[in-house]
Amino acid sequence: MTAASPPDVLRAPLVVEFPFTRSLGPVQSAFLTGLREGVVLGVRTSDGKVMVPPTEYDPVTAEEIRDLVEVAATGTVTTWAWNPAPRPNQPLATPFAWVLVTLDGADTAILHALDAPGPAAVRTGMRVRVRWAADRIGAITDIACFEPHEGAADAADAGAAPHDGVFADAVTGIVAEARLDYTYSPGRAQTAYINALAERKTVGERCPSCRKVYVPPRGACPTCGVATTDQVEVGPAGTVTTYCIVNIKARNLDIEVPYVYAHIALDGAGLALHGRIGGIPYDQVRMGLRVEPVWTEGGRHPDHYRPTGEPDADYDAYKELI
Amino acid sequence: MAVVGIGQTKHVAARHDVSIAGLVREAASRALADAELTWADIDAVVIGKAPDFFEGVMMPELYLADALGAVGKPMLRVHTAGSVGGSTALVAANLVAARVHRTVLTLAFEKQSESNAMWGLSLPVPFQQPLLAGAGGFFAPHVRAYMRRTGAPDTVGSLVAYKDRRNALKNPYAHLHEHDITLEKVQASPMLWDPIRYSETCPSSDGACAMILTDRAGAARSPRPPAWVHGGAMRSEPTLFAGKDFVSPQAGKDCAADVYRQAGITDPRREIDAVEMYVPFSWYEPMWLENLGFADEGEGWKLTEAGVTELDGDLPVNPSGGVLSTNPIGASGMIRFAEAALQVRGQAGEHQVPDARRAVGHAYGGGAQFFAMWLVGAEEPPS
Ligand SMILES: [Zn+2]
Repeated sequence: MTAASPPDVLRAPLVVEFPFTRSLGPVQSAFLTGLREGVVLGVRTSDGKVMVPPTEYDPVTAEEIRDLVEVAATGTVTTWAWNPAPRPNQPLATPFAWVLVTLDGADTAILHALDAPGPAAVRTGMRVRVRWAADRIGAITDIACFEPHEGAADAADAGAAPHDGVFADAVTGIVAEARLDYTYSPGRAQTAYINALAERKTVGERCPSCRKVYVPPRGACPTCGVATTDQVEVGPAGTVTTYCIVNIKARNLDIEVPYVYAHIALDGAGLALHGRIGGIPYDQVRMGLRVEPVWTEGGRHPDHYRPTGEPDADYDAYKELI
Repeated sequence: MAVVGIGQTKHVAARHDVSIAGLVREAASRALADAELTWADIDAVVIGKAPDFFEGVMMPELYLADALGAVGKPMLRVHTAGSVGGSTALVAANLVAARVHRTVLTLAFEKQSESNAMWGLSLPVPFQQPLLAGAGGFFAPHVRAYMRRTGAPDTVGSLVAYKDRRNALKNPYAHLHEHDITLEKVQASPMLWDPIRYSETCPSSDGACAMILTDRAGAARSPRPPAWVHGGAMRSEPTLFAGKDFVSPQAGKDCAADVYRQAGITDPRREIDAVEMYVPFSWYEPMWLENLGFADEGEGWKLTEAGVTELDGDLPVNPSGGVLSTNPIGASGMIRFAEAALQVRGQAGEHQVPDARRAVGHAYGGGAQFFAMWLVGAEEPPS
């Protein structure tokens, strides 16, 4: 049996990251400010249970809950899983146990890391205590991790004491850095399109059903729902079908404003793609203007499009391609 | 089925005083208070918001179950980009209409201050040319295409913005309250994405909107006039395809036609008393007037220019001030639906259209590819 080797499909890392901000509201504000001060706070729900970490609303009655209580920094492991290979940004860089810990005075467990030499040193029911971070800022990471702790719950400490949740300089917001690491592949059709661009050609794919040429190709016609496989070179020239004049600088774009952002129907294409128009004053660009791509050394895409000097296209010739 | 409770937050640029849970809670509590119901009266919760990337909370509906009293009840999340507030209300309405649930809380929100929607909409993709514009740059060429197609004078966009910002002054929940607004100021504001001016774009808001939908029996117990749902529809189409009409998408026309058919409307311009349509850039008012069948093709701008869509015109559009004055993205569609309901309940306050009997709420989203619309009335529809 022989199998055709699949065409080489492009792949590249894609990192999506953003420093999201969070407004905490009264309960989370007290909880995180408490951690900064070395105090663990929970809330007492309508049925008398103490929830740590606290929530703003009662999980049973949905009523707003604001009765803060202080619990101990010691507790009991209720279940655990060994993590032999920590990933970046996990609480500890060395192997550790993920644990659920019910702090003394609390009725619910908090998820965190337990610093232990190996899985043999961890068991359900073991006693642990908070290891506070050296520098505390009012974040869950103020608890660096948990560590083994000798000693039963102190009977005097076992209850949760009411707390007004008031601290000087309360933390009201946090920054939640998020990062996702992907491997991105544009797939077969766009790989062929991108490879053709390297030779300064624009190659789309024709739908076998409606005969429209898709540029860039997606591998299927979204209208007919059938695969497109028939490759068709389009352009290089095309027609500006519509446009706007951009007067505000976009993030991370090194283009002087104003510039013209246009929809360009390359000759033979069934729909317009987007590009910048140059080589003509911005206020002289018009619908119907005939343009051609301008490439720069090493550029993956045309840098911009410039007028060809041909007469403008008739509105009727491109009005379906806007 | 009918709307018996409506609640909104006061929409602002940033609600630093509340968590996302606190924000949605505020709108939901107000809707319950309006309906004089409690959490125990709610059978299911249907929630909507724009993409998770906008706040960076994955599946926020899970964490919001406590705040919305959804523990032990069905909770659904709806997601159709900018139209989501409308689609969410329709999913809730369908659950009641299908007698799956009797009373449903539906809510939509966005806390734009916790992120950057512009970033969320323009994630870099390997091998692809970076987007050269942004949301305004995406829509501005379509506005130019509309102007070319219809011959609309370039003054129409500023008329819409001037109207909506004045209407917002009568709506205590609106984000923008520009007390010193003048037409000259709108026309003098900077051109961002020519032909779209700064004053013709929507703000970035934090806000939530909630409604209580219930069946006939629930409506009969309502302490305040219910808004009866006479028709509702959603339609979708791809973002890009050969032959797509960005100026007047087919999915939008089909959505409106379905709603009118359900509601027995044959002449929307005459039979409908108020319209809350999704206008994030001023020019979308004349564009949607045509797309939704209030004007013939090429004629929408004439209604705007003649003052027909003013609060005291014969087809008031966005008496609340619209998306141009308030835009918590995920909630914006639901606000349109809720404001339509307020009109037929006679509870729109200072921006009430006198004796509004039938009103339309409309939303669109994505690359003008998701459409949602409903028609609500003061009278119970024939069964
Ligand atoms: Zn096709």
